[in-house]
Amino acid sequence: MSAAGERVGRSAAPAAPLRLRARLSGMQRRRRRAAWLFLAPMLVVLAAVAGWPLLRTVYFAFTDATLFEIADHQWIGVENFSFLASDPDWWQAVWNTLLFATVSVAIETVLGLVIALTLNTKLRGRGPLRAAMLIPWAIPTVVSAQMWNWMLHDQYGVINAVLLSLGVIATPWAWVADPTLALWSVVAVDVWKTTPFMALLLLAALQLVPNDVYEAARIDGLGPVGIFFRITLPLIRPALMVAVLFRALDALRVFDLMYVLTGNSPSAASMSVYARQQLVDFQDVGMGSAASSFLVMVVAACAALIITAGRVRFDTAGR
Amino acid sequence: MRRPFRRALGRIALYLLVAVIVVYTVFPFYWAVVSSLKSGQALFGTELWPRDPQWSNYTALFSQQPFARNILNSVFVAGSVVLVSLALGAGAAYALGRVRFRGRVPLLMVILSVSMFPQVAVLSGMFELIRFLGLYNNLLGLTLSYLIFTLPFTVWVLTTFMRELPQELEEAAMVDGATPFVTVTRVFLPLMAPAMATAGLLAFIAAWNEFLFALTFTLTNEMRTVPVAIALISGASAFELPWGRIMAASVIVTVPLILLVLVFQRRIVSGLTAGAVKG
Repeated sequence: MSAAGERVGRSAAPAAPLRLRARLSGMQRRRRRAAWLFLAPMLVVLAAVAGWPLLRTVYFAFTDATLFEIADHQWIGVENFSFLASDPDWWQAVWNTLLFATVSVAIETVLGLVIALTLNTKLRGRGPLRAAMLIPWAIPTVVSAQMWNWMLHDQYGVINAVLLSLGVIATPWAWVADPTLALWSVVAVDVWKTTPFMALLLLAALQLVPNDVYEAARIDGLGPVGIFFRITLPLIRPALMVAVLFRALDALRVFDLMYVLTGNSPSAASMSVYARQQLVDFQDVGMGSAASSFLVMVVAACAALIITAGRVRFDTAGR
Repeated sequence: MRRPFRRALGRIALYLLVAVIVVYTVFPFYWAVVSSLKSGQALFGTELWPRDPQWSNYTALFSQQPFARNILNSVFVAGSVVLVSLALGAGAAYALGRVRFRGRVPLLMVILSVSMFPQVAVLSGMFELIRFLGLYNNLLGLTLSYLIFTLPFTVWVLTTFMRELPQELEEAAMVDGATPFVTVTRVFLPLMAPAMATAGLLAFIAAWNEFLFALTFTLTNEMRTVPVAIALISGASAFELPWGRIMAASVIVTVPLILLVLVFQRRIVSGLTAGAVKG
């Protein structure tokens, strides 16, 4: 069969002779079989490093396994979960995580939007500016935590020095050691690290809004505030919701920042910190697994909430 | 008269805002660089410029602890994770991006949710797996465990790029009698080079920065990756952290990343938006 024949056969499929159609569908079948072959290695690896360990973690949550003797364990039912429910440190960790995620994502969204709108104006030096924005994103979380740890140092930190000299505070504050301040310091560092990322995602969305839409709005006499709320925001809303979803899920699993800034201190510990402490420091695999299983449920619930409330649509799924 | 004046004022306000944004994003790193060049008492002062820059923090880092080894560990782990992810991801992306088959959309959703679920959720199961394979305190254990977040991400980005390639390419190859395997390796792989560079770069950065698994699955100083080494640098006593050395280490691991990011700026932004905004 010649190439031309194949093309014609394809474009006029219903009228094509039976033999050609059989051949084309055979080809499709072959492609589909090949697709599964191409997928298989990736799926096997993913099942081994994600699926299996997740199932084991859920299983361990109902046992008294310890790190020392992980294989030698007994089924103890929901005992771990009932202990968890009675531990005030755990509820503190749940509260810390939810508070951290809500506040930091809210600030990041608003601040990111402000920065994105600024960068979206006609501005000289926009390229270098965008590059500067990528710096916090590229810095490893542990490194940014240490950098801020040093800047927030109670005796020698530059932040206390500046605030003291401006007369904003009278005595140096212990930003990360003080239990009432620690969580907010963690939020501040997270905002610094991830706002630029948010801003870049939103900027990409803003740049897809065609210019004539703005012009039409201006001709209709809409002011800048009106344009933002009635034109810009509705148009970038889908991208905004996806960005919020991703950031929220990321914030709910926060570990590095708290571990480096405040150690295992319960006043600022997240659910991930609590779970790892049980698992590694206390060698209690059962408890640690119960805590992480609970975290997975919280994350899933939040994801479902954001997806329904924000009417998030995944283009890829639709196509 | 009043209108140009107001416009000029607006312009000034805009540039002021831009200046604030730049200082806010860049200053912490600048401060780390400055602090790393100060030693002795100068470290505890607040001059914005080190009057007498010294390299002693940097030399101490390499002479007093295996920091060079830590860097090599990070390079090995991140590099190997990228290679494995790309090798597995390219084939998968062809299947998910070009072929319509039942279960494709649910599969994409599962892959997306894997990249989003908390790492701590697999910690105990992963610990058991790594011990079973004899990879505890071994860099290969980290390579294996990092696939949980680099692989879904790579597949997702490559699938997005793969879908944009024109249909005619594949039809031409098929007409010429090429098998799907040949189509992928000869037709798509060369075209995918830019996308693979983007996905590889992002996977590299993610693996380079990873902390939780590296902290949990390694034990000795010699096996640590850079983030763990930086988090665990300690001084003579718990209250006397060697901040100069910590800042020096921070600068060393961050400078290559910043250079990468500046060089591949456009590519990274497009990769991130492909991963998030489009779906």
